[in-house]
Amino acid sequence: MLKKRIIPCLDIKNGKVVKGINFEGLTNIGDPVEYAKIYEKQCADEIVFLDITASFEEREIIKDIIEEGAKELRIPLTVGGGIRTLEDFRNILKSGADKVSINSAAVNNPDLIKEASNEFGSQCVVVAIDGKRDEQGNFKVYIKGGRENTGLDLIEWARKCEELGAGEILLTSMDADGTKKGYDIEMTKEVVQNVGIPVIASGGCGSIKDIVDVFQETNCDAALVASLFHYKEATIDEVKQELAKNNISVRSIAK
Amino acid sequence: MVVIIDYNIGNVRSVLNACDRVGINAVISRDEEIIKQAKGIILPGVGSFNVAMENLEKYNLIDILNERKQAGIPILGICLGMQVLLEKGYEVKETKGLGYLKGNVDLIKTDKKLPHMGWNELYFNKNNSILKYIKEFDDVYFVHSYMADFKDEEVICYTEYGGQKIPAIVGKNNVLGCQFHPEKSGEVGQNILKAWKEIVE
Repeated sequence: MLKKRIIPCLDIKNGKVVKGINFEGLTNIGDPVEYAKIYEKQCADEIVFLDITASFEEREIIKDIIEEGAKELRIPLTVGGGIRTLEDFRNILKSGADKVSINSAAVNNPDLIKEASNEFGSQCVVVAIDGKRDEQGNFKVYIKGGRENTGLDLIEWARKCEELGAGEILLTSMDADGTKKGYDIEMTKEVVQNVGIPVIASGGCGSIKDIVDVFQETNCDAALVASLFHYKEATIDEVKQELAKNNISVRSIAK
Repeated sequence: MVVIIDYNIGNVRSVLNACDRVGINAVISRDEEIIKQAKGIILPGVGSFNVAMENLEKYNLIDILNERKQAGIPILGICLGMQVLLEKGYEVKETKGLGYLKGNVDLIKTDKKLPHMGWNELYFNKNNSILKYIKEFDDVYFVHSYMADFKDEEVICYTEYGGQKIPAIVGKNNVLGCQFHPEKSGEVGQNILKAWKEIVE
């Protein structure tokens, strides 16, 4: 049976992990690869590096981190943040990432999804969508960290991404993000029911129970988790044990 | 030395990294001389069947692969690299494969989501030394929408998805193939490569 995936996401700025406390045994404090290795040991199913570096010059640093990550990790690595062109895609993949996630670049230039999936295969094209309710309560696509409403209908956009060749959708609810009150079940359900590609739920996770809930109440394929792990409120092992107890099929290292 | 065939079909870097981790001395190349010297051949691949075959042709790799196959050199196909070991593929258009294993490759017939993406478990079908360091029900990482239809005797492991029994490890004599990505399958994947290393040695 296909397992539900738990994906830790690391925000990286100028080569360092932004959020997160220091884990024991970390040799280089703030080194994203060190964090990722710990998560792999805890049975993370994939890793996401999100580069939130502001300036173009500093973007070179992320390449070294991806190369290092690809060398050290034995699980898939997705990289997102600031990817605008096919050339960016190529560079990220060449550095050793397995998947590339694009967000506003896809909104601004939907053909990028098509070009990237034609050239590199849809399996490596993850479209990140930031969804949010507008004043009328309709799900819309937002960009710029939830500040700008694109006017695009969330479901229509998700379908279009699939049509253009996206291999997966990383759906973040901007309403839930940062609240730690749980995933946006309603939004996740809407998207999952309307596309035929895997959906990663993101935003709002504050407890192990939130992860159980999103898998029980929606048919999403994976859950993205950040602060819960970074602040050591839970380990991935603990999450998986709880999921297994609730009859949700997960991969475990010790069988 | 093992050669990872470079035929411009997806990122092969992670395969090289995985070889390094288990102590396989691997190089990425499409040079005939290097392929001739190699004690083992890895055929990686991500993308579509027809492009993979076009590229093998474009880089004049088919004859040398055939010759090495005949010479009994261990060949390991990964993902699309496994699929092209078969006779025919139907991705984009009907395309002839290398034909080292009997069967065709077609879209997974299911109403479930495609691609079949993520960790799924292995069911053993037939004994093979590639399984030496892994156990039945171990999980490995899959990403694919097409699957091989195989003769049962060539299937070493299955997985199940969307009501289909999907060949996961296949092989006959010196030719082996994994539908999943051992280089991305954690400890289990590493142990599969470790077993293949011993086959090569």
